[in-house]
Amino acid sequence: MTTVETASPRLPLAVDKLGVLIAAVAAVAAFMPFAAFRANRIVLGEAKGIFAALPGWEATLLVLVLLAGMAIAITKVPTLWRLATSLVVVALLFVAVGQAGTYLTPPGDRIARVSPGGGFWLLVFAFALLAADAITRLKLKPWRRIAVLAAVAAFFAILLASGTLNDLSILREYFNRGETFWREAQTHLELALGSLVAATVAGIPIGILCYRSDALRAPVLNVLNAIQTIPSIALFGLLIAPLAWVAANVPGAALLGVAGVGAAPAMVALFAYSLLPVVANTVVGLQGVPPAADDAARGMGMTDWQRLVQVQFPLAFPVILTGIRIVLVQNIGLATIAALIGGGGFGVFVFQGVTQTAMDLVLLGAVPTVALAFAAAVVLDAAVELVSPREIPRD
Amino acid sequence: MIEIEALTKDYLALTVVDHVSLTVADGEIAVVVGTSGSGKTTLLRMINRLIEPTSGSVRIDGEDTRALPAFELRRRIGYAIQGHGLFPHRTVGQNIATVPSLLGWDRARIDRRVDELLELFQLPPGEFRDRMPSELSGGQQQRVGVARALAAEPKLLLMDEPFGALDPIIRAKAQSDLLAIQKRFGTTIVLVTHDMEEAIHLGDRIAVMDKGQLLQYAPPAEIIARPATPFVAELIGTGERPFRLLSLTRVRELVEPGPAQGAPISPDATLRDAYAEMLWTGRDILPVVDATGASLGRIRRDDIAHRAERPQ
Ligand SMILES: Nc1ncnc2c1ncn2[C@@H]1O[C@H](COP(=O)(O)OP(=O)(O)OP(=O)(O)O)[C@@H](O)[C@H]1O
Ligand SMILES: [Mg+2]
Repeated sequence: MTTVETASPRLPLAVDKLGVLIAAVAAVAAFMPFAAFRANRIVLGEAKGIFAALPGWEATLLVLVLLAGMAIAITKVPTLWRLATSLVVVALLFVAVGQAGTYLTPPGDRIARVSPGGGFWLLVFAFALLAADAITRLKLKPWRRIAVLAAVAAFFAILLASGTLNDLSILREYFNRGETFWREAQTHLELALGSLVAATVAGIPIGILCYRSDALRAPVLNVLNAIQTIPSIALFGLLIAPLAWVAANVPGAALLGVAGVGAAPAMVALFAYSLLPVVANTVVGLQGVPPAADDAARGMGMTDWQRLVQVQFPLAFPVILTGIRIVLVQNIGLATIAALIGGGGFGVFVFQGVTQTAMDLVLLGAVPTVALAFAAAVVLDAAVELVSPREIPRD
Repeated sequence: MIEIEALTKDYLALTVVDHVSLTVADGEIAVVVGTSGSGKTTLLRMINRLIEPTSGSVRIDGEDTRALPAFELRRRIGYAIQGHGLFPHRTVGQNIATVPSLLGWDRARIDRRVDELLELFQLPPGEFRDRMPSELSGGQQQRVGVARALAAEPKLLLMDEPFGALDPIIRAKAQSDLLAIQKRFGTTIVLVTHDMEEAIHLGDRIAVMDKGQLLQYAPPAEIIARPATPFVAELIGTGERPFRLLSLTRVRELVEPGPAQGAPISPDATLRDAYAEMLWTGRDILPVVDATGASLGRIRRDDIAHRAERPQ
């Protein structure tokens, strides 16, 4: 018997390549402004580094945590640790920026504004990237991913409810218009989800027809493709005239809320954009049904309808759901533009903010939009995976 | 009984099946052989109207297949498609239950039938019923495909190269399973293959097709002994003829009393197996002993060789 020497030189610390990049970004970000202070909402801000934005010991603690986070990012530690570390760092960053708001705002001052600085956002980006990378590497099951999302959402809910962030400019803007915010949030969701439901209800049957009829397929898909290429602002604008005409000339239309400006053209435009992904994915999904399964269904005596409902549609469903995911994420973003034609939604804050050069107000519209789109993407990606056929086990 | 009369299928100018007439008696297996593209699948699919014939007719138990809606016709006829065609999104149990569900059987009866079929194909229900098709081996998938075709106890079963993708050992096993099931239920089967060996093993009658035409329809012995055309002879393989003939007869039929030396052979082995054993072990006489160990006598090489001669 021979014994094999296992003395191949083992690196005491293996280095993770993406981790090095993330740590480098974080290191640069740590020297950038962590928060910005402004005497009122529209003057230019004063940049504050970490040590200027936080009381001494808090700043020191934050820097130590960041250093630890970077160290863990660089070394090859178990992926679960990386995930935990990155989530903890991101959480602490938010707590710290809230603290900075309280620290920098002179007591009793209602006009001064403290907003998160570029350094803060870059740090959040770096460690969020680390978390995303860890989640990808862990190959988390769909339900686990949704659980992580729920945990993150719960954290932010608690953070907001606790008042930790209340002195930040974006929340100041929120408190100035609490009711409006929730009303626009509702409008935003109605626009995004309403157009999605309409596009799904109309798009799937259109997709089925296109799949069945060669004559229909090319023209329909071409038209929908063409609509997709119209810039969104132009499409919203283009709809004003015809809908105004409908409202004025079709009896009852105005009563149903049809008008040249407002929610109606926004809904129509979002619907038009949503059709292509739904229809195209329905066609592709149906085309992907294994011909042998389809043939067997016929051979065993299913009627056309039974074949569609029991075999073709279930097999095409994961692909169709992917189309719905595209639409939902796209519509949550696009719905901001509805504000331009009086359709409401989070875009209201964005455009008001732009005209008033109040970045905080822009953020009040943009941050919830991005968060919603992100959450929708995570949930629907998980759903797509859940309905997709199980992988062939490999060992 | 299936009566196929002058059945024809044209695709534009191309005649793919050309005035084919044949009759399959109840409880018989008719095997359709021919080269690729000879029209076997097309012929088979015209029986359950997956393809509508250009002309001609098919009658099942005297009734024209056009007398009822195609989907109802198909529910009465088992169909095992070329490649298994299992539904990837349904479990093995749900796949097998397809036709019984379409026919509106009650749950309990369907469950019983599914388990019965899984047992029959040696797929323990507890282990296999709830698996997805992607979690089966190729051979298991094919068996489930056949089980699914048999689910509603059809009197007629159409099979298109059902054992195409199997390795020789599993293939032989699947063939003998099929024969056992066919005997037990008295199912009438039309089976397509391009393997002459399989056709001779399974068929009560063999239909040889070439370029859409039926060249010969006869029992295996006759096809081997008297091929109707040079093409049929070629398909059998001239060098193979005597051996194919031997594979049609069981040792049991040639047993005679008397002593013999060495390892015994089973009475259910074919003459071909016995002959191979003789050549291999250098013996002229083999003892015949059945599965219970009872000696039936012996079988002689000369008798076998005589059986391999061209019949008169
Ligand atoms: N829809 C169709 N249109 C035109 N020609 C067809 C069509 N379907 C089949 N054919 C032709 O009919 C002929 C017979 O086809 P068929 O599928 O019956 O052959 P087969 O004997 O089953 O062959 P294989 O052993 O390869 O399965 C082939 O030449 C094929 O190209
Ligand atoms: Mg074929």
